[in-house]
Amino acid sequence: MTTAVARPIDPAAPTTAASKIFNFPRNTWYVAAWDHEVTGKQPLARTVADRPLALWRNSEGRAVAMADACWHRLAPLSKGKLFGDEIQCPYHGLRYNSAGRCTSMPAQETINPSATVPSYPVVERHRYVWVWVGDPDLADPASVPDMHQMDSPDWAGDGETIYAPCNYQLVLDNLMDLTHEEFVHSSSIGQDELSEAEFDVSHTDRGVTVTRWMRNIDAPPFWLKNMRDKFPGFSGKVDRWQIIHFEAPSTICIDVGVAKAGTGAPEGDRSQGVNGFVMNTITPETARTSHYFWAFMRNYRLESQTITTQLRQGVHGVFGEDEEMLAAQQSAIDANPDHEFYSLNIDAGGMWVRRILDRMLQAEGLPSAAAAK
Amino acid sequence: MAVNTQTWWQQGRVVETSDLAKGVRRVVLAPDRPVHAAPGTHVDLRLELDGHVRKRSYSVLRSEDGGRRITLGVQLAASSRGGSRHMHGLEVGDVVEMTGPVQSFPLGVGADRYVLVAGGIGVTALVAMADALRRRGADYTLVLAGRSRRVMAYLDELVETHGDRVRVFVDDEDVHLDVETLVGEIAGSPAAARTEMYMCGPIRLMDAIRRAWVARELPEPNLRFETFGSSGAWAAEEFVVHLPQLDRSVSVGKDSSMLDALEDAGVDVMWDCRKGECGICQVKVLDVSGRIDHRDVFLSRQQKETYASLCLCVARAARGESGSGSADPAAVTLHLP
Repeated sequence: MTTAVARPIDPAAPTTAASKIFNFPRNTWYVAAWDHEVTGKQPLARTVADRPLALWRNSEGRAVAMADACWHRLAPLSKGKLFGDEIQCPYHGLRYNSAGRCTSMPAQETINPSATVPSYPVVERHRYVWVWVGDPDLADPASVPDMHQMDSPDWAGDGETIYAPCNYQLVLDNLMDLTHEEFVHSSSIGQDELSEAEFDVSHTDRGVTVTRWMRNIDAPPFWLKNMRDKFPGFSGKVDRWQIIHFEAPSTICIDVGVAKAGTGAPEGDRSQGVNGFVMNTITPETARTSHYFWAFMRNYRLESQTITTQLRQGVHGVFGEDEEMLAAQQSAIDANPDHEFYSLNIDAGGMWVRRILDRMLQAEGLPSAAAAK
Repeated sequence: MAVNTQTWWQQGRVVETSDLAKGVRRVVLAPDRPVHAAPGTHVDLRLELDGHVRKRSYSVLRSEDGGRRITLGVQLAASSRGGSRHMHGLEVGDVVEMTGPVQSFPLGVGADRYVLVAGGIGVTALVAMADALRRRGADYTLVLAGRSRRVMAYLDELVETHGDRVRVFVDDEDVHLDVETLVGEIAGSPAAARTEMYMCGPIRLMDAIRRAWVARELPEPNLRFETFGSSGAWAAEEFVVHLPQLDRSVSVGKDSSMLDALEDAGVDVMWDCRKGECGICQVKVLDVSGRIDHRDVFLSRQQKETYASLCLCVARAARGESGSGSADPAAVTLHLP
């Protein structure tokens, strides 16, 4: 295993490796909501990539994402009412069907032919409602990131949403380099070996993988508890792994776990261990705020709701520590607008993520290193 | 795909012109502030016609290179209000005042089936839509109707691009578009309730389709259309507007709209869309001598038949079929708000 080194970036690239990139691609799927948040009873207001949306379900149960502004005077439709297949503006009662086409207007016998509210492509997959706020002609459902553990019968778990007061790329940085666990999460999953162990980085056009193994170590509290859920009374050394899978633009599924030391986990036999997947997908709300959807899925003791709840609460606590750091980091960035980032060896994964995002932005003709305003 | 309804002005330089068909001119503009023009958008041009600045709308046929090249297709209208004549006179290097792309005819996403119907020059609004549907892999049909192949712009190119999806109806070949059959086919298909029709063309064709659509109980919101209020049941002719309230009469030339004529005469009138959609310029009709050619899509058929009101921006008066021999122009008497 070799230590990855952050390689110097292509000199022809338009930004320096350390540029703070605050923009986000539009021609991509983002999670707008958990499936259960979108109902046929009340519209949900949520902003995705600077686009305010009203999310609701029509009478067929299909999720709908519409611009949250009535065609007439831009009153937010999310404050309106649902009537089966239609949403009614709370101000003057104009109604729209799920394609965004006005179906009734006050005080006239016809409907203005241009009365339409943009309706965005939606795909429901992996317990999430994904929306595409870019060019609808490019919206290919096959390009929804792979988060199959979320709804596979081989996995159990649950998650939450963090409203992160920071640019989405700070969250991606946070997840691509887990050495921070040693310092931010010292009481749960942190341990010295994290920053001592070497790691590998590989990438494709749309993905980055960072792999780190720590052999023959003590399990930190979170993992010791999980081992004992599966192997009651367990004690002893473990082999620990973190395999971080990034899929563009902002989904990171982290294969994590520990196994009894020396039982062959690094070679592929994880039977003597516990395995979880930390499922993360981050949706930029604005340049300075993000919706951070996460879940913790496990492949053992699938029947236990108690473990599901304990894991969700445990990760909730861990992520609360991240949230505090990310907010503080965003404040410091805002206070030091001229300071660029320095990068370390540990940032190699995050740098590949930035490279991929940079190329997506370029493909859309969007400035990659736009200053956050 | 946000609906862009703001109107901001910029300058556009004419970079190419050519003839698309008999009487149809292709004009390629390079705007100052390029913005990609989505399918269904149009641009408004500010043209100086007969000493007056007039706004005219033209569908964007094609937007290339992020909107750096905006192609329009302009038919020389038989009774031009001056706009199309001016557009046909443009040469490479000329500069026009134009808006950014305005979206009032957006192509929706997610319908099971799309039927695009173009009557004559209405095709200009649908070319980009057909291309977008093809790229999406959508199920669509493109129906092209015209008087003669010679005047049908983009016909060969569309047939070449869209193949079997194009259906061509040409009056002088005795292959007429039968609206009842077309709408009947849609109503009888399993995808009936999930078929969207987009139409652009003469108001008479669109009215006929609308009637058939309603009669077949197809969902009205699925019928989408755009009109610039420039075609009617009768050719434009000169007529007179009587305004007893103001104790005056205003003559409307065949190249002018009633709204323009009243404004030019200093009458204070309220308006918004100027293409017969919004109903803001609706006024009460007190009397008519001749027929009212409504040309709007705001009033319902029943409202039009009662002659109780009209939309100043597009409505005209005409002597109609009964006008034979009479030298007196048609007249309407209006009550202004």
